[in-house]
Amino acid sequence: MSHQITNPDVPLDAIEVRGDTRQAFLLKATLATGALYGAGLVGPTVRRALAAGEMGDVDILNFALTLEFLEADFYRVGRKLSLSDEVAAAAKRFGREEAEHVTALKATIEKLGGTPVASPRFSFPLRDEASFLKLASKLEDTGVSAYNGAAPAIESKEVLGAAGSIVQVEARHAAVIRLLRGKDPAPQAFDVASRKDVVVKAITPLIRAGA
Amino acid sequence: MTTPAPQPETAPPDSRRGFLRVAGAGGVAAAALLLAACGDDDGASSTASTATAGSSADAGSADGDLKILNYALTLEHLEADFYAAVVDAGVLEGAEQEIAKRFGESERQHVEALIATVKKLGGTPVERPKSTFPVEERKAVLELAATVENLGAAAYLGKAGEIQSPEVLAAALSIHSVEARHAAALNHLLGKPSTPDGAFAKAADERTVLAAVKPFLVA
Repeated sequence: MSHQITNPDVPLDAIEVRGDTRQAFLLKATLATGALYGAGLVGPTVRRALAAGEMGDVDILNFALTLEFLEADFYRVGRKLSLSDEVAAAAKRFGREEAEHVTALKATIEKLGGTPVASPRFSFPLRDEASFLKLASKLEDTGVSAYNGAAPAIESKEVLGAAGSIVQVEARHAAVIRLLRGKDPAPQAFDVASRKDVVVKAITPLIRAGA
Repeated sequence: MTTPAPQPETAPPDSRRGFLRVAGAGGVAAAALLLAACGDDDGASSTASTATAGSSADAGSADGDLKILNYALTLEHLEADFYAAVVDAGVLEGAEQEIAKRFGESERQHVEALIATVKKLGGTPVERPKSTFPVEERKAVLELAATVENLGAAAYLGKAGEIQSPEVLAAALSIHSVEARHAAALNHLLGKPSTPDGAFAKAADERTVLAAVKPFLVA
């Protein structure tokens, strides 16, 4: 998929993370994801924010919150389509779970002293069950890659644990949606991690202009 | 920035603990609250108290990652061997047999990656455990597969917060979500909820996981 990165051209030992140069002691070939997480998220801006205070985790949580807004709204809209019983049941369940993610992320951001971002207004190109499942698959796979890409930069191990708990559910959604489409639920042995800018680019077409 | 040192055992910065020391009890309490809201169990409180205690584990962080990697390796060996036994037994057919083959191949790749990672970190990969699985009947095989995969996903989730190296964490996460995909697919095929814990997946601690797999180990 175009929003996923499988062949990063950023050498692992060139990625700067919070003032330290990481060492290339891991398997670049087998574990390509390891090279990815810092490339987009921990750019100069974020590094400055990290250096200035405890903004890092709040930024990441707000990034996650935006994705969960998107997913929750997607299922809310999608459920209005004429769907088969099996797909409708999945849409209802998954939509409810995304809404719970929204609630939890907002609460966490506030407890960390941050301000939850407002939800953008979204527009989904949905016509029928097939287009619903296709976009659902893209959004859930994007969600998995976004969390996997962002999580290693999380400072608080408790926030990390919560993010892990959510990404596992995103991966479960992704697998079932893929099955409902007749696709391989787990096409790769290692899920990819996506940089934040790549994720943002993937979801931008779904955000209404001016929102 | 400095040139990467050739010594692979040099530990990465202990950033998560460092953050917690700076943030103090407020951050820990907030996160513990989130975990409580997520319906997590007593693992949350022990984690929080450990973090508040500070830097005691810093020096042993590389050793800690190696232990976690070898724990994961043991589980991946079991999963790979389970699927190999299932495929050999021929108890599944068609799409189900295909899934067993594909999932088994992914588990084998996890095994290879973990072995290589342990070696790269200067450790010794744990030996492949001898195991035996009941693979006589289709439904029981699918249910055992679902049990094993759900357990595997919970096991990775249980360790994520303890991993010190960002690279090891990224690798573990890329495997964790694949285990979750396997688990959800098998649950779905069995007509069970694909998200049995609801919106927030629960973690399993090492003791629980090892007790659960013990019946399949051959002494």
